[in-house]
Amino acid sequence: MEKTWNNKAWFLVLPVLVLVAFSAVIPLMTVVNYSVQDTFGNNVFFWAGTEWFEELLASDRFWEAMARNLIFSFIILAIEVPLGIFIALNMPKKGWGVPVCLVLMALPLLIPWNVVGTIWQVFGRNDIGLLGYYVNAFGIDYNYVQDPIDAWVTVIIMDVWHWTSLVVLLCYAGLVSIPDAFYQAAKIDGASRWAVFRYIQLPKMQRVLLIAVLLRFMDSFMIYTEPFVVTGGGPGNSTTFLSIDLVKMALGQFDLGPAAAMSLVYFLIILLLSWVFYTVMTNYDAER
Amino acid sequence: MARIDVNHIRHSYLTNPKEDSDFALKEVHHTFEDGGAYALLGPSGCGKTTLLNIISGLLHPSHGQLLFNGRNVTNLSTQERNIAQVFQFPVIYDTMTVYDNLAFPLRNRRVPEADVDRKVRETLDMIDLASMANRKARRLTADQKQKISLGRGLVRSDVNAILFDEPLTVIDPHMKWVLRSQLKQLHRRFGYTMVYVTHDQTEALTFADRVVVMYDGEIVQIGTPAELFERPRHTFVGYFIGSPGMNVLPVALEGRTALLGSQRIELPGAPKAEAGLVELGIRPEYVRLGREGMAVSVSKVEDVGRHKVVRANLEGKEIAAVIGEDDEVPAEPRVRFDPAGINIYADSWRVEMGA
Repeated sequence: MEKTWNNKAWFLVLPVLVLVAFSAVIPLMTVVNYSVQDTFGNNVFFWAGTEWFEELLASDRFWEAMARNLIFSFIILAIEVPLGIFIALNMPKKGWGVPVCLVLMALPLLIPWNVVGTIWQVFGRNDIGLLGYYVNAFGIDYNYVQDPIDAWVTVIIMDVWHWTSLVVLLCYAGLVSIPDAFYQAAKIDGASRWAVFRYIQLPKMQRVLLIAVLLRFMDSFMIYTEPFVVTGGGPGNSTTFLSIDLVKMALGQFDLGPAAAMSLVYFLIILLLSWVFYTVMTNYDAER
Repeated sequence: MARIDVNHIRHSYLTNPKEDSDFALKEVHHTFEDGGAYALLGPSGCGKTTLLNIISGLLHPSHGQLLFNGRNVTNLSTQERNIAQVFQFPVIYDTMTVYDNLAFPLRNRRVPEADVDRKVRETLDMIDLASMANRKARRLTADQKQKISLGRGLVRSDVNAILFDEPLTVIDPHMKWVLRSQLKQLHRRFGYTMVYVTHDQTEALTFADRVVVMYDGEIVQIGTPAELFERPRHTFVGYFIGSPGMNVLPVALEGRTALLGSQRIELPGAPKAEAGLVELGIRPEYVRLGREGMAVSVSKVEDVGRHKVVRANLEGKEIAAVIGEDDEVPAEPRVRFDPAGINIYADSWRVEMGA
């Protein structure tokens, strides 16, 4: 068949190109522009080349924030994924319990990030917070403002509280799509509870788990609002994640060049890690 | 292998069944003999799958008992009953190989690995998948997957019975024949007690020695394929079995004669019918179309390949007749009913005709 060439077709994709240009390409290019220049204000810019990138990659501050981010993502994935699967497995499959559970599960997801932060900021306080006060009353020395470990525990519990529901809902969607015949066949075959999980439920949940892991990884790697509200990155720098550091640098110190370089590196890291996750998990899928 | 007694079993999916219509299974009382090949035949929603799931233990009946070889198993779990069941849609364990799929029921029962290997290889030969033993099960076609489901049923040689719940629904017509004859062969070779649920009469009639016809939660007739064809006990069996189904015409009785409008039809005997709706049933195969008998007007002739189906109007009632592929419909067609094929029904149930 002969293909019709008509350049007028470009007009049809023009609206979306304009939209993407204004929402993504132009801001990104502005950041690229800042990252290779230096400024002392008054809109005067000097060429800086790769200086900011070199400085960034050589700085301990950046690598420490990065390490914190990776550890944080790893911990919350290690908690939220198994916990989410466990809760999804134990949720009712029919009857009045289904809507009740679904609404309860969806609640944390509906709360704005900064409100979640505020809730936990107050909840964990030693003087007036329900959690902080009683934990201390039981004789456990807990103070997220002063102790880095307590700060980490608070931030992690907060994230688990906020986001495990997402994993639960995704897994639950995977579970309810399994036809009854599979469970009946498993009974006939004499499969144990574990075998049913391992050979029926887990394989059927695999796709949604892939999505859950990707979403939770990207979100947790970009986490900003909640720890910012609760700990403000402290005590010291102990909960200063990349995003918090970036905002400090860009808006606190107004170092536009280094901050731009950092956002680009940050962006590339997320892109790269997401791609690695995705490829590994889909390849694994195709091999089987 | 076992003899299965279904002892006055009733089942309702409701928690507090009150009326008869609340029961999916009204009352079933029947014995499946050891080593028999049975088909449960009936339209969708007649309770055949319910009965099957009660036998396998996936459902607990509301009333009644289930006996295996005389032992009450009503309260035993599926696993303790030692039953194999094959479902309508293929159930395979995606992540396992074909071999592991077949080994799964044995390994769950802690059979020694040497025996597992022997049994699995035997079964693979039986279902003709030996060459695919190490393939991942998820890559197979629907009929190969269904063969695996089948194989998981056959791999345990000690099962009490093998139950099939419309297992060939998703299979191509050509493969249906092949699989069905393989099942039949396996039955002859190993003498399993097999119960086969289907709504397809051809499947039921070719597979089973005894066909159990169910309608609206009840068993309406149990018999050999020939009995179901020649002497349907209930007009439903007449309609449901045969293609086209039996002609059922309301008649009045006068001794050995049935009156259909202005026509008088001689019967082979005098029916012992009391009051109620009396009907005459005759299969299209026993309706003789020719130049003598009762005048009909032909409305349609359907050529179905091996024979033709003639749709005609007799005294205002639609009837069907089967004629040979090369037979012609006469210009002034008339029909005669072969007395051997006449059955009389009172309130839908067949009545005997005395001499």
